[in-house]
Amino acid sequence: MSELVNESVKEIRRDLTYLAHWRTWEYVFWIVAFASIFVLPGHYLILTEIAWLALFALSLDLLLGYAGVISLGHAAYFGFGAYAAGLLAKHGIIAEPVLALLAAGFAAMLLGFATSFLVMRGSDLTRLMVTLGISLVLRELANRYSNITGGFDGLQGVIINPLLGRFEFDIYGKVSYIYCLVVLFVMFLIARRIVHSPFGLSLRAIRNNPLRASAVGIPVNLRLIAIYTIAAFYAGVAGALSTQTTAFTSLDVFSFDRSADLLLVLIIGGTGYLYGGIIGAVLFKVLQDVISSFTPQYWQFWIGLILVLIVLAGRERMSRWFDMTRRTALVTLGLQRILQRGGKL
Amino acid sequence: MTVALEIKSVEKRFGGLIATNNVTMNLQRGARHALIGPNGAGKTTLVNLLTGVLQPSGGQIILNGEDITRLPVHTRVLRGLSRTFQINQLYADLSPLETIGLAVSERMRHGRDAWRVLGSRTEINGEIYATLEQFKLTDVMHERTATLPYGRQRMLEIAVAIATKPSVLLLDEPAAGVPESERHDILAAVASLPDDVSVLLIEHDMDLVFTFAKYISVLVNGTLFAEGTPDEVANDPRVKAVYLGGLDHD
Repeated sequence: MSELVNESVKEIRRDLTYLAHWRTWEYVFWIVAFASIFVLPGHYLILTEIAWLALFALSLDLLLGYAGVISLGHAAYFGFGAYAAGLLAKHGIIAEPVLALLAAGFAAMLLGFATSFLVMRGSDLTRLMVTLGISLVLRELANRYSNITGGFDGLQGVIINPLLGRFEFDIYGKVSYIYCLVVLFVMFLIARRIVHSPFGLSLRAIRNNPLRASAVGIPVNLRLIAIYTIAAFYAGVAGALSTQTTAFTSLDVFSFDRSADLLLVLIIGGTGYLYGGIIGAVLFKVLQDVISSFTPQYWQFWIGLILVLIVLAGRERMSRWFDMTRRTALVTLGLQRILQRGGKL
Repeated sequence: MTVALEIKSVEKRFGGLIATNNVTMNLQRGARHALIGPNGAGKTTLVNLLTGVLQPSGGQIILNGEDITRLPVHTRVLRGLSRTFQINQLYADLSPLETIGLAVSERMRHGRDAWRVLGSRTEINGEIYATLEQFKLTDVMHERTATLPYGRQRMLEIAVAIATKPSVLLLDEPAAGVPESERHDILAAVASLPDDVSVLLIEHDMDLVFTFAKYISVLVNGTLFAEGTPDEVANDPRVKAVYLGGLDHD
């Protein structure tokens, strides 16, 4: 008896930890990502952009894909991190880029924590408006205080010191790319750890049913504030990377387009499995690059068209899948009944 | 006998409408207590007041000697007041294993832990297994909850509430909508709830009420109308009048 129970308890441990195990394709994914450093030496610029966009998308995936909190103004934290990194470097407050990156992330995190209380009020539609509003307010503040931010001309005169005091940012962008990729990888590992923890499971529960979540003792708002703050840190680091790798930042880091593009990235890649943001960022940037090379003016037309197709195809595939599982369930149920009656129809 | 849950002159007004009118009621430790009443009597409002979904306009709610009237929903659960819902409130995308696992881990206050891998604590896993076993859910524990038959979901609804180890359990129409073939399992599960758990059953189904309850309170128009043992309530002419009268108006 107790042996049987022990076996079952072990089984439960195995099943609960199953999702947290590394799959073969994940190893392959990251080997390919790091191999790109050597295989695609002529494309460091776009690869760098992909890396920080992927980190930015990872941030929104934590929020939207796991906790179900939708945002149309995630650029607020990206932009805040971008300006923080720019100002820290320009005024030599924190000269070393990695430390400045962390500081910029924490600045965005503080902003995220402070604004999370606004976002937690209300339903999805309210959240869309509040998040959008926060990013617009920040953009106008940055515009108004142009003596600090440089206003419409952008933040000029940013000089980024060598990484860790040793690695100079080179003209080909190799150091930039390796830097972004390593930061992305480390932060991905942390995010992966978070989503497979009890805390991560409680976020998925809240997304599924906040009423039930609170009825098993989960402090729903506290958990959402926590993940919102964490996501703001991720977005801030992504923004800081964009400043550090270009030695420049401007008002458009706060723009609505940036928040909207981010949603596109996640829709293309898929939410709720962490890789969606990274895959989405790769596809989005490559599509943008390919399409704009033959139609520089109208590339957004094609992006829009592809988006519509993805959503339509996705929805159809999903409904077909649901039909199939329902039918399988019905057939199984029917068979069970027949068996219960001793095989008679 | 000691009192597990004290409801003291609880009132709830929505504007001019009085949904709960000065209700005073005691739930003894280990009670099998049923709350009945015609449609719209305010039974679910009372449950929402007890669990903290609604704030009472007046009165006090005391759980195991502690005033919980102003506490938020999740804190009441952690102090031992749990409930099931009339309409299933489950996590569609999670499996029963994850659902129960989460309830147990939250009760043990591990829910804030963002660094440990889920499922790595043996003492929790043992309890998860025992709960799944008790409600006969081990065979479907890996399925998505949304794909389970209704009766199994109903079992899971009760199992989640039990996984929070309540001292007081509010069962809101546990057998509602369950097909006849699966009813037996639900009734058996309800009958075999631990003795030390005080249960308040809110139910329409008189068969279930009279087999389960040792004490019955009748709520009519938000007011406590009658109380007593099943025999006393069944033979109370006023209760009969309310139920038959209610039928006349239907």
